[in-house]
This record gives sequence, C-alpha cells and structure tokens, in this order.
Amino acid sequence: MWLLLKYTLLYASVLALVALGGMFSERSGIINIALEGIMVIGGLMGVVAINLFNAAGIPVVLGVILTILISGAAGMLYSSLLAFSAVNLKADQTIGGTALNLLATALAVVIAKRINGSDSPKISYNSTTNKVLSNLNFSFQIGPLTLNWFIVVALAALVAAWFILYRTRFGMRLMACGEHPQAADSVGINVYKMRWCGVLISGLLGGIGGMAYIVPAVGDWNFEIGVAGMGFLALAVMIFGQWKPAGIAAAALFFAVFRAMANIFDSIGFLNALNWPKEIYNMMPFLASMVVLAFTSKKSRAPKAEGVPYDKGSR
Amino acid sequence: MEDYVIEMLHITKEFPGIRANDDVTLQLKRGEIHALLGENSAGKSTLMSVLFGLYQPEQGIIKKDGQEVKISNPNDATALHIGMVHQHFKLVECFTVLDNIILGAEPMKGVVVDRAAARKKVMELSQRYGLKVDPDARVEDISVGMQQRVEILKMLYRDNDILIFDEPTAVLTPQEIDELMDIMRGFKAEGKSILFITHKLAEIKAVADRCSVLRKGKYMGTVDVANTSVEEMSRLMVGRDVQLVSTKDESHPGDVVLQVDNLTVPSKVSKKDAVKHASLQVRAGEIVCLAGIEGNGQTEFIHAVTGLDKPSSGTVTLCGRDITHAPIRRRSKLGMSHIPEDRHKHGLVLDYPLEYNMVLQRYWEKGFQQGGFLKKRVIREYSDRLIEQYDVRSGQGSTTIARSMSGGNQQKAIVAREIDKDPQLLIAVQPTRGLDVGAIEYIHKQIIAQRDAKKAVLLVSLELDEVMNLSDRILVMYEGEIVGEFDPKTTDVQTLGLYMAGAKRMDKEG
Repeated sequence: MWLLLKYTLLYASVLALVALGGMFSERSGIINIALEGIMVIGGLMGVVAINLFNAAGIPVVLGVILTILISGAAGMLYSSLLAFSAVNLKADQTIGGTALNLLATALAVVIAKRINGSDSPKISYNSTTNKVLSNLNFSFQIGPLTLNWFIVVALAALVAAWFILYRTRFGMRLMACGEHPQAADSVGINVYKMRWCGVLISGLLGGIGGMAYIVPAVGDWNFEIGVAGMGFLALAVMIFGQWKPAGIAAAALFFAVFRAMANIFDSIGFLNALNWPKEIYNMMPFLASMVVLAFTSKKSRAPKAEGVPYDKGSR
Repeated sequence: MEDYVIEMLHITKEFPGIRANDDVTLQLKRGEIHALLGENSAGKSTLMSVLFGLYQPEQGIIKKDGQEVKISNPNDATALHIGMVHQHFKLVECFTVLDNIILGAEPMKGVVVDRAAARKKVMELSQRYGLKVDPDARVEDISVGMQQRVEILKMLYRDNDILIFDEPTAVLTPQEIDELMDIMRGFKAEGKSILFITHKLAEIKAVADRCSVLRKGKYMGTVDVANTSVEEMSRLMVGRDVQLVSTKDESHPGDVVLQVDNLTVPSKVSKKDAVKHASLQVRAGEIVCLAGIEGNGQTEFIHAVTGLDKPSSGTVTLCGRDITHAPIRRRSKLGMSHIPEDRHKHGLVLDYPLEYNMVLQRYWEKGFQQGGFLKKRVIREYSDRLIEQYDVRSGQGSTTIARSMSGGNQQKAIVAREIDKDPQLLIAVQPTRGLDVGAIEYIHKQIIAQRDAKKAVLLVSLELDEVMNLSDRILVMYEGEIVGEFDPKTTDVQTLGLYMAGAKRMDKEG
C-alpha cells in the first residue's frame, strides 16, 4: 500500500504541475498542446544537469535546487517557440503545439545519443553511475513512505497558482485575456504580453513536471519514448479540473491512482491474480480520461477565447 | 473663442482598400451632448476608435483643451479622462460586475487586488448616478441593461469626463432608453462632455445639443439639433431624401396560412423551456410581428416553425397541412420562405459564389439540374436576373463569393431568393439588422409588397420603430410566452415596452 501511495503522489505531483502549466497558458488564451514536448525537453535538460553537477561535485542541496530550476528554464525556453508562433505570428496553436511535440522527442534522442557518444538514447543518473548527485537525492523518507521533492514543489505551485489567479492583478488580467482579449485591450492591458507570460509559465511548470516524471522514479531514462503521454494526460487533468487549481489537484490525484497501478499492479495481490498483461494497466489512465471527459465535457467551460489568435487590428 | 474640450482636426484613417475617415473634423464643446450621426460603415466607430487610441490616424491631430495630444493606446485615452462604452460591450462574462469595472485599473494593497476599496468606490458611484448594479453578480447572468450600466460605471470609476457612447440604445427597451437619456442629461449637468454615436434620429432630437454628420467617411457638417429637422439630418446622412416611414394601405387579411398551436420548445442553454405554449395565426395579406427583447424565445420559436429545431409539443400547420415534424425541404416546397436571423449561419454558404446561393433551395428542381448534373448556364441566367431585379450589388456579379459582399447586399440576395420562390408565407427575422437606412427602406418596401400580393408575413424584430411601421398586428413575446396582442394604430412604443419587459401582460383569454 505504501508503494501505491508513493507512486500516486509522485504521478499526482507530475500531473498537477504540468496541468497547472497548461492552465496558465489556456487562461491567457493559448492552447498548449505542446506540454508533452515541453516535459521531454525539461526532463532531458534536468538529467543532463544532474550529470554535469555530479561531475563538478557541487553540494547536493544546491544541485537539487539548480537542476529543478534548469529543467524549468529549459521548458520556458522551449515554450517560447510556441509563444512566438501563436502570439506574434498568430499561427494555428494546435498545429504549432503538435510540431513542438514531434520535434521534442526527436531532439531529445539526438542530444542523448550525442552525449552518450553511442547509438543508445538512454541516459543514466542512478547512484551506481553518479556518486555525488543521483536520482536518490530527489527523494526523502517519512517512516515507511518514500516521497520526493517535486511533491513539495507541486503543492507550492498549487497554492501559488490559486493566489496568483484569484488575488493578484496579474491573475485577473491573465484570465481576462483568455476570456475576452478585446475587453482586456480596451482597458489598456497588453494582451500579447500577458499571453507570452501565460505560455512561459506553462513552460516553466511543464519543464519541471517533465523532470518530476523522469527523475525520482527511475535511475535511467530512454528518451525514445519521450514522456509516454503524460503531457496529454495532464491536458485531460486540466480539463477535468476545469482550469481551476483546486479542481486540477483533485483530478491529478484521480488520474495518478490509475497511472500508479500500472507500475505496481504485480505487487498488489488480487490484481496480480487476475494475470492481465501490463499493457492493460498502462492503458488505464487514458481509458479513464476518455470516459471521464465524455461524461463531463458537456458541462466543461473552457476559457472563451482560447485558441483564437488575438489581432489588435480586427474588430 | 469657443471652449472645446476635444477637437479632432482633419483626421484621415485608411484601411486596406478603403478610406474609413477622410479629412474628418469633430469639435466637442465642454458640457454638451454631441451626436455623431451616420449610416453603417460611414466611419463613426473608426473615428471614435481613433479618439480612444485603438487606431492611429494617417493624418490629422487631436487636441484636448486646446493642446495637441497623442493618443496611441487606451491607456493614453484614460489618462486624458476619455472613456468609451463600446457598441459590443467589452465585458468578461465569467467575471463579476466588480472585477469588470476595476479591470485594468485595479486598486492594490501590496500584491493583492484591494476589492474592498474597489467595492466602496463603485457603490458610491452607483448611488450617486442612480446606476443600479449588483457588484457580485457575474456578467453572464445579468441583463443587457445592467451590462451597459457596468460599462458606464467603468468610465466613471476611471474619473472620465469625456464619455463616448457607441450606439448605446440598440440593445435597450424603450424604458431603458429613457433611463439612459436621463443618465446622460445628469452627466451633462455635472459638466461632463458626451459624444453619442447613433443612426436613430429621434434619439438625437431627444437628447443632443449638436450633431455632426458623416457620410461614407466624409464630414458633412455640424448642425444645431434644436434648429434642424429630422428630415434635414437624414438627408445629410444619406445624401438623398429617404422615406423614414413606409406607407402602406389597409390590410385585408384572407385565409389562415400559418397556424401555430401550443408550441413548446426546449431551451438549448438551460433546463427551462425557451417557448411555452405559444399560439398564433398568420393570415394571407397581413404582416404579423413578433416583438420582444432579444432572448425571449423568438429565435427558438422561429427555429421550430421553420424546422431548424424540434418542438417538444404543439403543432405547426401551413396552409392546412401539419408540418410540425416535416423536414425543411418539404416546408420550403409547401411555400415557406425564411429570411433567417443569422444570415451568415443560416442564410448563405459564404464561400460559394452568389449564383449557387441563389438556388440553394431549388437546385434539385428540373430546370436547374438534369440527371444529377447542375445546369450551370440556367443557374447563371437565373442568378443574373435576380441580381438585376433586386439590385444586388457585388464585385463580380453572379460569380462573386458571398463572403466578400457587404452585409446589406448579402441580405438583399437572401431577400431576392426567398421572395422569388413565390411563397405563401414569408418569415423574416430581423431582416434589417445592421443595415443602413437605404437598405432598410428597400427591404421594408419588399416586405410590404409581399403582403399586398396576398402573402402571409411573419416578422420578428427587435426594432420597435420597424415593428410599429410595418406590422398589421403585433404580438409581444416575453420569456417564451406571448403576453399581448396589439394593433399598431391604437398602441404606442411605451405600452409595448412595458409588455416586452414583463411589467404587464394580457390575460391569455384576452
């Protein structure tokens, strides 16, 4: 059971971080379907940073903080491509996002192979290869329960997101841009700037989320599989959570349970006894998202202006 | 020396292909209500957008209190205390009234928006000017009238003293219009200066001191409202004499053509029924008008009658045949013509050429096709004839893509198509929405001609002038029910307004 809780909290924090990122982007009016790709890039850069800091031998605490920041920064940088195409070039956001998703995995494979100097796109960062800073440093123990620092980051992000959205001027203006950009413009709000901010925040959280998915769970990662659909699952979490922080927290927990089962079904007695293939469990979160969204999408209320490029000149 | 608070001198603003403002001058005196009159696309909104900083003019200067100023965005306008109520309200629907008022000018307490202070200021303004609003209601839940009050409070909250109203009365009931006029007079008494954009002459007469007229982007002059007749202003606006009131003979209603009994239509947006047990008759040779404020079930009623939607109960009978569940093509063949409310959604295939749009309901007829192949030559000839006969103007005649035509000509094309079908029943839903005086005059004439040709006409309109002017009988719809029947000769706009707002209703038997 502790194992189930561990993995549920792990995946819930990943989904919550990335879904919150998606929320900031869509609340500003930009559909961010590129979350998957942003996660890949954030995760890759985080892993690369772990290995660099390990080689440099810097203190562990500093290393953990810095690698998390670097993964976020990498996500932001990558998301700026989406922001540029969607805000400045007024391109179709779905197509732009899809292109970024395709690019990310390919780019990650190329970089990983280059780093390895071999044909393997797999990068290791476990305690056998890394003596100073390894994946183990991202976890801590409370009694029998193993937790990781990304849970703390996700909780902080949830509280901060709620506060920013509903209490600050920035949040109010951001939401106005996603609902009715003409109205925002007419009261002197720079819609382009707000949308850039929304996308960059989604890059930050998506990048950290990518690392949160890869690093605490395993000691090496094959970048050929990207992040295995977690970015898309986060989109479902965001929709199921109705673009609201509290809803996203609940939805993230819900989907995380399904995702965690895929990891540990063989250690749960009755599930193991069923003798189903692993693929069934791997499919579960996605099947659940289809069922849930089919039933809830009628009441779903997306930001009104999302996906529509804002053009100052048009009336 | 006159005391001008705002002067816009020789403003020219071009968009690709058109010159929206061509050397326009507008001078606003301190403390006056100044009307800006012009037809659709005469450049009124463009001029105001220039003043509000949304567009930059190619030529011309703006002066505030005699000093030249540069207004390059709405923030500059706000800093100069210029505020604007836009024609299409710029309100965030899922925000509260309070949040909408303070958006962009939020009072802060540290990093947090100080909503308590904002509420205090808003409530003070609301009381002082009699602008009743509920600060905690969401904009999507409040009436259009209240939304407008929110827009006005937005300006007052920013301490604006030059107030621009862009066609503020288009969406209001007569009572709300009277209230708005009183509010405007109150602002004037406080020394605020008001620019009032409209194409309704009666409103200018009622409230404005002076009036500047634009025609096709050009400045036609400024007149004193008190010394100028409505006809003169209209001539300045259109450039020719316009019949403001259509004349028509007595109606001689014949047999019942359309009979609707106890029609109930479910709503798409809420659980309630949009139309509740509505019944009406339209006879040959009369124009029956369904009046009411937007969103009171007229749209759903018409959709059920024309077959765009299904009623949950009740019957619709056309010329004695039950068509309640008939497909649209059958209704059309039985003699129903429909000028739809949304001409883009239900009236035209926008990316088709005009000729195909002209035969949308008839292309399968023997004359227009043979063995499944369209007879393009016949269609072209037919379309050319309609264009000629109904004076539909477009760039390339029959081959013009419908999307590229002006709204007025798109509407004329639909009218041509629907009338040329020689229907028994013509249903016209807001046939003149968004059209200018000339096109309105034309379409009104066509509708009256249909009536005189012994056709039954069911008209749905939000414009009370149009209702009073055209109809032989008026039915008022309120919250999905028909709450009153009137003879336009013995009733007035004020009475209709009371029924439209739900303040009065006739007994169902009465």
